[in-house]
Amino acid sequence: MALLEVEDLRVSFATPDGQLDAVRGLSFTVESGKTLGIVGESGSGKSVSTQAIMGLVRGARISGSALFDGNDLLTMDSEALRKIRGAEIGMIFQDPLSSLHPYYRVGWQIIEMIRAHDSSIAKDTARTRAVELLRLVGIPQAENRVDDFPHQFSGGMRQRAMIAMAMALNPKLLIADEPTTALDVTVQAQVLEVMKRLQEEFGTAIIMITHDLGVIAEVADDVVVMYAGAVMEEGARDTIFYDAHHPYAEGLLLSLPGYGTRERLVPIAGQPPSLISLPEGCPFRPRCPYAFDRCTETPPLLDVGDKDDHGSACWLPADRKARAGMRHQPATKRPVAKRAAKK
Amino acid sequence: MTTGTSGDVLLRATDVVKHFPVRSGSIFRRAVGAVHAVDGVSLEVRQGETLGLVGETGCGKSTLARCITRLYDLTSGTVEFDGADISKLGASAMRPYRREMQMIFQDPYGSLNPRRRVGSIIGDPFAIHGIASGQDRRRRVQEAMELVGLNPEHYNRFPAEFSGGQRQRIGIARALALRPKLVICDEPVSALDVSIQAQVINLLSDLQKELNLTYIFIAHDLSVVRHVSDRVAVMYLGKVAEIGPSEDIYQKGRHPYTQALLSAVPVPDPRKMEGRARIVLAGDVPSPLNPPTGCRFHPRCPKARDTCVSEDPPLIPRLGDPPIHAAACHFPVEVGEDISLSTPQISESERVIEGGLIGNA
Ligand SMILES: Nc1ncnc2c1ncn2[C@@H]1O[C@H](COP(=O)(O)OP(=O)(O)OP(=O)(O)O)[C@@H](O)[C@H]1O
Ligand SMILES: Nc1ncnc2c1ncn2[C@@H]1O[C@H](COP(=O)(O)OP(=O)(O)O)[C@@H](O)[C@H]1O
Ligand code: SF4
Ligand code: SF4
Ligand SMILES: [Mg+2]
Ligand SMILES: [Mg+2]
Repeated sequence: MALLEVEDLRVSFATPDGQLDAVRGLSFTVESGKTLGIVGESGSGKSVSTQAIMGLVRGARISGSALFDGNDLLTMDSEALRKIRGAEIGMIFQDPLSSLHPYYRVGWQIIEMIRAHDSSIAKDTARTRAVELLRLVGIPQAENRVDDFPHQFSGGMRQRAMIAMAMALNPKLLIADEPTTALDVTVQAQVLEVMKRLQEEFGTAIIMITHDLGVIAEVADDVVVMYAGAVMEEGARDTIFYDAHHPYAEGLLLSLPGYGTRERLVPIAGQPPSLISLPEGCPFRPRCPYAFDRCTETPPLLDVGDKDDHGSACWLPADRKARAGMRHQPATKRPVAKRAAKK
Repeated sequence: MTTGTSGDVLLRATDVVKHFPVRSGSIFRRAVGAVHAVDGVSLEVRQGETLGLVGETGCGKSTLARCITRLYDLTSGTVEFDGADISKLGASAMRPYRREMQMIFQDPYGSLNPRRRVGSIIGDPFAIHGIASGQDRRRRVQEAMELVGLNPEHYNRFPAEFSGGQRQRIGIARALALRPKLVICDEPVSALDVSIQAQVINLLSDLQKELNLTYIFIAHDLSVVRHVSDRVAVMYLGKVAEIGPSEDIYQKGRHPYTQALLSAVPVPDPRKMEGRARIVLAGDVPSPLNPPTGCRFHPRCPKARDTCVSEDPPLIPRLGDPPIHAAACHFPVEVGEDISLSTPQISESERVIEGGLIGNA
């Protein structure tokens, strides 16, 4: 059994403009010790779905199930869920200040976190553990810095302190929501390195939420591509990068600048749909360069070919060649004319 | 393909320095120090080329851009635009040059006044410079809208009615309305999703060709910078660490910082990523209030030696590189050298040490 099995998760909000369906029938699984990458554009429902699972979304209608170690997080009473949060599932967010309290010393916050879940742990044992954790995530002179306030830390250090806090109780699952988006690539590299090391050492499973396909390529074992609140494609990392089936996944990869080439980019036309009035049928239809008559009917997540670990919510045939023939405009990149014009 | 150095020099910055005084909290507000935001930058930008500007947050990219466009007064140094020294011009003497130099900013949400109609926002440069009015202005604004792929009929809409990518187009239309020569793009696509990013990058490159624009392109995303730039300048703590043709910088960067910065970029290609040596730098950029002595990079540099602590390396061609490729490093990186294997040869007190992540990982 997988560590986390999310099944048909739906989250909607009532807004003045009508019902907003932020997550629409999302299913995915996370295996122990593995990293699941969730990638998608802003507003695709990445944060809302994981926050809903953790009971952190207010004022929304939520349905579906999320079995963690066999227990449904969505129906669990709030006291039981609170216990799981932190102890069994740690969370890291994009903005470390949202979970580090500005008025309390960093070490104190970690100590409180440890003792809140097990009050039998003595204060100085917890403090020793806090220093150890800060050292583990690469904070220099951890025994001195443990008494610093969050504002005395740089952005990268705060992000690491937050990882230390999320890891304090040795959780089975770490949910990281855009943990490096606000950081420089150099600091991002440090943070990803720390997360990898922790995973190797403790076997923690990770959900890495990001819009950066580079980060996904670096850390994910499996990938879920989200669009308009639903999974468009899922599969092993290399399957998604080298054998994507869904036109949206393909579009994302095509729109990236080629490594070292200066060919004209191939963007996805148009923009994401409003979640209040989605197009009928496939949500990607208005932007899809392959759309055909069948697409007015919503495609379920279908196995691609005979692979049961590769799914795509698209009616196109599994065969690459057959698919390519159905594209309206060619996907070939053409050179930027400016370069040619210059001698 | 040339490296974009064939055109005439449009912009020349010489030893540009911008310090921001830091004042004490007391009522006398004495200056107690200065943020060395830009600390002696010299570079040239040629007509029709794109110069990319990269570096970690706070290294002075935006401040340099603001010095070049004279939104800031320089602490010292000179800026020549189209052959004229504009570094000391007052507001009215600057006016004609303002037309020729425009900026596009990162935040397509923050930089547009939500209560003004799009047509009037894009018409700003006309109003500021007293060019065209009434129907004539409207026509020219609508031309600009068409140029960037906005529907001219949306002239009377408000920014909130546009998506992020469209709002960035509004910013571009405004910047290009008066057909400037130089456009400084400060993180123009950072706030956009990848699929929309590609639309805007293509637009910028089409417009460059069509209007013969010169770009300075500032961005965090190094693969985007590589894609758009003829030449790239890598900045570190207010100085240029290395400058040269884009492919030279990406393929044979001489400065250890260039190498570290580039190796930190995650590549969306898992197979390529696997065999790659990554140089994980220790710590963060030091405070620009009190930059390190000698080479500013020495506390984090895996190749640092004693000379680096005492002597500031000049920005000159290294290891037989052509004049167009210069690096500020005493011990430049040879092609094929793996600096993740180097260990600093300076005393520990001069180094940043962070959880064992020094030099390599
Ligand atoms: N008005 C100001 N007063 C004081 N310090 C400033 C001011 N503007 C910038 N600085 C400082 O100057 C340095 C350079 O800032 P700048 O905004 O140019 O960086 P940047 O390279 O554009 O960074 P980013 O990538 O985050 O945009 C930073 O240390 C910054 O804090
Ligand atoms: N509290 C809320 N009320 C109404 N709409 C919300 C709320 N929180 C999120 N949404 C909407 O749900 C959608 C998904 O949001 P989110 O999960 O944050 O996206 P992302 O994939 O960028 O993390 C967005 O359209 C967002 O505007
Ligand atoms: S189902 Fe149709 S519209 Fe949707 S992605 Fe597939 S081809 Fe495109
Ligand atoms: S001068 Fe020395 S410290 Fe500076 S980059 Fe070169 S080797 Fe490193
Ligand atoms: Mg989010
Ligand atoms: Mg800036």
